Amino acid sequence: MSLMKEFTKGFWELLPPFRLVLGLCPTLAVTTSAENGLGMGLATAFVLACSNMLISALRKIIPSKVRIAAFIVVVATFVVVVELTMQAYFYALYVKLGIFIPLIVVNCIPLGRAEAFASSNGVLASGADGLGIGLGFAISLFSLGTIREIFGAGTFWGAQVMWSGYEPMAFLLKAPGAFVCLGLMLAAINLISARQAKRKLEATRLAAAQA
Amino acid sequence: MSFGDYMLFIVGAVLVNNILLAQFLGNCPFLGVSKRMDTATGMSMAVVFVITLAGACTWLVQYYILIPFNIEYLQTIFFILVIASLVQLVEIIMQKTVPGLYRALGIYLPLITTNCAVLGVAIINIQKEFDFVQMLVFSFASAVGYGLALCLFAGIRERFALARIPKVFEGTALGLVTAGFMSLAFSGFAGLVGH
Repeated sequence: MSLMKEFTKGFWELLPPFRLVLGLCPTLAVTTSAENGLGMGLATAFVLACSNMLISALRKIIPSKVRIAAFIVVVATFVVVVELTMQAYFYALYVKLGIFIPLIVVNCIPLGRAEAFASSNGVLASGADGLGIGLGFAISLFSLGTIREIFGAGTFWGAQVMWSGYEPMAFLLKAPGAFVCLGLMLAAINLISARQAKRKLEATRLAAAQA
Repeated sequence: MSFGDYMLFIVGAVLVNNILLAQFLGNCPFLGVSKRMDTATGMSMAVVFVITLAGACTWLVQYYILIPFNIEYLQTIFFILVIASLVQLVEIIMQKTVPGLYRALGIYLPLITTNCAVLGVAIINIQKEFDFVQMLVFSFASAVGYGLALCLFAGIRERFALARIPKVFEGTALGLVTAGFMSLAFSGFAGLVGH
């Protein structure tokens, strides 16, 4: 039950990069299409789940003074695994994501979760936490990529989805569009959570009044 | 490369291909420490120093250790370790010499390790096959571009404190939109360097 909770909190409560404002660089850089966003997200999710589990397993051995360096080495190891695997099997995607694959090391999310969660929790819980947060990140990147691709290029996953006379907003695919689009998405998420909080407050108030 | 080429190279790295606004490297500290001008300046100086130094060290590691021993696939791990130890060193030096600045930067100094701009520039240096001097110039210019964008952004964000902002846009959301418009402004420099 609690494992499920650790797993699902990554989808809304701690949804990166909106709730945890970490890992913005790949979010902005590679989300020019839905495919790139999903690829990057899944690569990060893999690294995050594996590094969380390994760090959690080693948490009693790693001296706290050098823990950050130790975490970085663990994360870097899995990044190299992803890098070589993608080079071998998904070469086209590897070329498109380019420098941002090695940069998963400094993505802050794996390191942040290692410090905040894996270094003080069990292996299974850490794995669930890493996988959940990683998949949440993948979903965010996929949605941002989808929005930018549909409006910026008029396509989805490379296939035309907008009507034929549609003039693509090329702005969205350029660097400034990435910032603006992410900013607007973050505002939208803030709006939804503000509504949720308000509704919850009203519900508790109503319950209190009835009692 | 002639002097003119170097000038173009520098302008390109500082303004046109600004590492922060055009290449999206180092955005977390960009949004994190840009709320006040003095921390932004401190962070910029630390970043310029670390990026240049890290660029030089990683370049030497690549050409004198990784390539001779044929272990280029360990590049990521080697580079991040070099950067992490360098940052630690800068932290110790800063703590001893400028404690005021050290207190102001607080937790962000160790975060330079995970500033993707540092590792990013180190990797770009290798990918573009720069020689030693080009590498130094490029690292320094990129870092200056980063500092420039960070300080400008902090200047804008200080004004937010006085403005009435819709609640949902407070904090990072408005920061991102502002960064978008700054990036748009910087893309106007593209005409300076012919393609």
